[in-house]
Amino acid sequence: MAFDKMELQKIEVWDGNRAAAQALRQAQVDVVAAYPITPSTPIVEGYAKFLADGYIEGEFAMVESEHAAMSACIGAAAAGGRVATATSSQGLALMAETLYQASGMRLPIILNLVNRALASPLNVNGDHSDMYMIRDSGWIQFDAFCPQESYDLNLIAFKVAEDHDIRLPAIVNQDGFMTSHTAQGVHTLSDDMAYEFVGEYQPMNDMLDFEHPVTHGVQTEEDWHFEHKARQHNDLMTKVMPKIQEVFADFEKLTGRKYNPVEKYDMDDADVCVVCMGSSVETAREVATEMRAKGVKAGVVGLRVIRPFPFFEIAEALKGVKAIAALDRSSPNGAAGMLFNEIAGALFNTDTKALMSGYIYGLGGRDLTKAHLVALFNELQANADAGKVTTQLQQFIGVRGPKLAFL
Amino acid sequence: MSEIKNIKNLKEFSTSADRFEGANLLCPGCAHSIIVREVLNATNDDLILSASTGCLEVCTAVYPYTSWDASWIHIGFENGSTAVAGAETMYKALKKKGRLKQPERTPKFVSFAGDGASYDIGFQWISGCMERGHNMMHIVLDNEVYANTGGQRSSSTPIGSSATTSPEGKKSYGEKRNKKDMMAIMAAHGIPYAAQVSPNKWKDMVKKIQHGFSVDGPVFINAVSPCTTEWKFDPKDTMNIADLATDSLVFPLYEIIDGRELNITYRPKNIVPVEEYLAAQGRFKHLFKDEYKYLIKEWQDRVDEKWAYLQRREEARI
Repeated sequence: MAFDKMELQKIEVWDGNRAAAQALRQAQVDVVAAYPITPSTPIVEGYAKFLADGYIEGEFAMVESEHAAMSACIGAAAAGGRVATATSSQGLALMAETLYQASGMRLPIILNLVNRALASPLNVNGDHSDMYMIRDSGWIQFDAFCPQESYDLNLIAFKVAEDHDIRLPAIVNQDGFMTSHTAQGVHTLSDDMAYEFVGEYQPMNDMLDFEHPVTHGVQTEEDWHFEHKARQHNDLMTKVMPKIQEVFADFEKLTGRKYNPVEKYDMDDADVCVVCMGSSVETAREVATEMRAKGVKAGVVGLRVIRPFPFFEIAEALKGVKAIAALDRSSPNGAAGMLFNEIAGALFNTDTKALMSGYIYGLGGRDLTKAHLVALFNELQANADAGKVTTQLQQFIGVRGPKLAFL
Repeated sequence: MSEIKNIKNLKEFSTSADRFEGANLLCPGCAHSIIVREVLNATNDDLILSASTGCLEVCTAVYPYTSWDASWIHIGFENGSTAVAGAETMYKALKKKGRLKQPERTPKFVSFAGDGASYDIGFQWISGCMERGHNMMHIVLDNEVYANTGGQRSSSTPIGSSATTSPEGKKSYGEKRNKKDMMAIMAAHGIPYAAQVSPNKWKDMVKKIQHGFSVDGPVFINAVSPCTTEWKFDPKDTMNIADLATDSLVFPLYEIIDGRELNITYRPKNIVPVEEYLAAQGRFKHLFKDEYKYLIKEWQDRVDEKWAYLQRREEARI
């Protein structure tokens, strides 16, 4: 080994970006090709510095755009090695074309997506519009609510994505600034433990195996295109979730930290519940506990896995709940929110006939306050008591001006 | 450093073990396949190839078939160069880590792209690859038009050419802009080697490709690729058109070393008038109307001026 190991404290004080960069170091990523964009930049700067200091053996290509970053990641992954990068917002929008190509070519690249609003107007702060934009792109999507999870889910993502039964790229989401730039205590693994968990990269159809030339990125028209897309969807629907569960279980055995595709909080007897993602999950949990003290049976469901969508797991988590609020941190621009629609679909043919309402919040980094959530839980309780939705189905919260509500 | 392949004659060259199969969907008479074979046959080393979206790509890797007996990748229209740069980056990483499966073998990294994918949509990607110093070769199959989408103008389309988005008509002589000087732009990156080649001058081509493979760093090759469909000539005349291109000096063959030193590599014994080159192609047919004949004169002047410039550059050694 021609690189140095790093002695980590059992608990390090890391923000979400640092945690992700450390995970990339411990996974000994072979190639990072990247382009800077706020707030994700410190992740790839971290890799570059680890490389400069001799803590990684690999290559860092600082390219001329995010589109080129993912293009180089695709070429590197097809060549046959471990590849990762990071981006946010406009960067993701620019690489959108290549995201579909990476997944269609079945290349297990890991992308840290530090969630940020999409222009216009230009905004560097956190919301989920970038995450939502590429939700049909064929990438596995994890969501970290805090720096610890950014670290853990990166290690987990490699192990899921690179499995030869899966071979799909994966995104680890974390909230811009709220998670990426907020330092917290992060429980670490030793370099050896982390690498042993992720495992050595096992190439498949690698271009650099000169004895077995391979053609990547072919043309298919109406004769074969559908079958390729159907197979990819089939794997996402049938193979990925069991693999994620298996890797979550392995990770729990190693660290004691348990992850689930759907993270439930106080849901066993909940009458009312909030479903959300990102750093809002922790805020919602705190408020739910306070609501319990006031006699409201409140619970929180956080989505750990966004793609494949945990259709059955979320229906199971919401079983018996009377009123549900789906919180979407992205403007649907002319429709109900993504979470609202997905959850409604998951519950539709079940016995859970919950009253559903949707909330649009936090666009461009606007805070979701505890007061917002208290009011929201009270509305849900009112819905449960009335046996019907007492508000309009979609409400904007935390926005200036007269109340915005639709549907 | 790998050994440079010794090629004795055309017969031997043309019957070298092909890593690009004749089984492809390119038009009869297409120069792309001739150029690709000449490039691939110039070396015995392993090859990591890419093609940007375009004629070469759509005609050679239609599932479940492939014409490539060397590792090959296509991602999109603009990023074939970066695909190969990514593979080259991984090669360096795995070499460092001792994880190459055949560590004794030294592959060559080559991206092929049309002029649309190089002069236009892929321009930034290629510039990035050249600037970063990847050990790779980018080859433009320059047919001066978006042939794969049916003949639209690119920034390589020469003035007076009739393309579907710059058509000649009662009030237009077709394309209004001069061809972009891609060689100069690429050489300005300070890359170790840039060269213009043509499939009819195969010895010149092989020499340049082999030199390109022998240098350390990015190489840019602009290959004129006469297009039977869009230039509108008989498929049997591909090489005749290429001869006219090089011998009229519309496509002068030269190289630029380290972004500075320019060498002319082919001086036609009998320089053919540009008019003959234009007259052989349907895309310039309208230029022979009385009202546009001045354009033919301008063409000749431009070619003469460029040739004089290249000679001055060569002489000055700067």
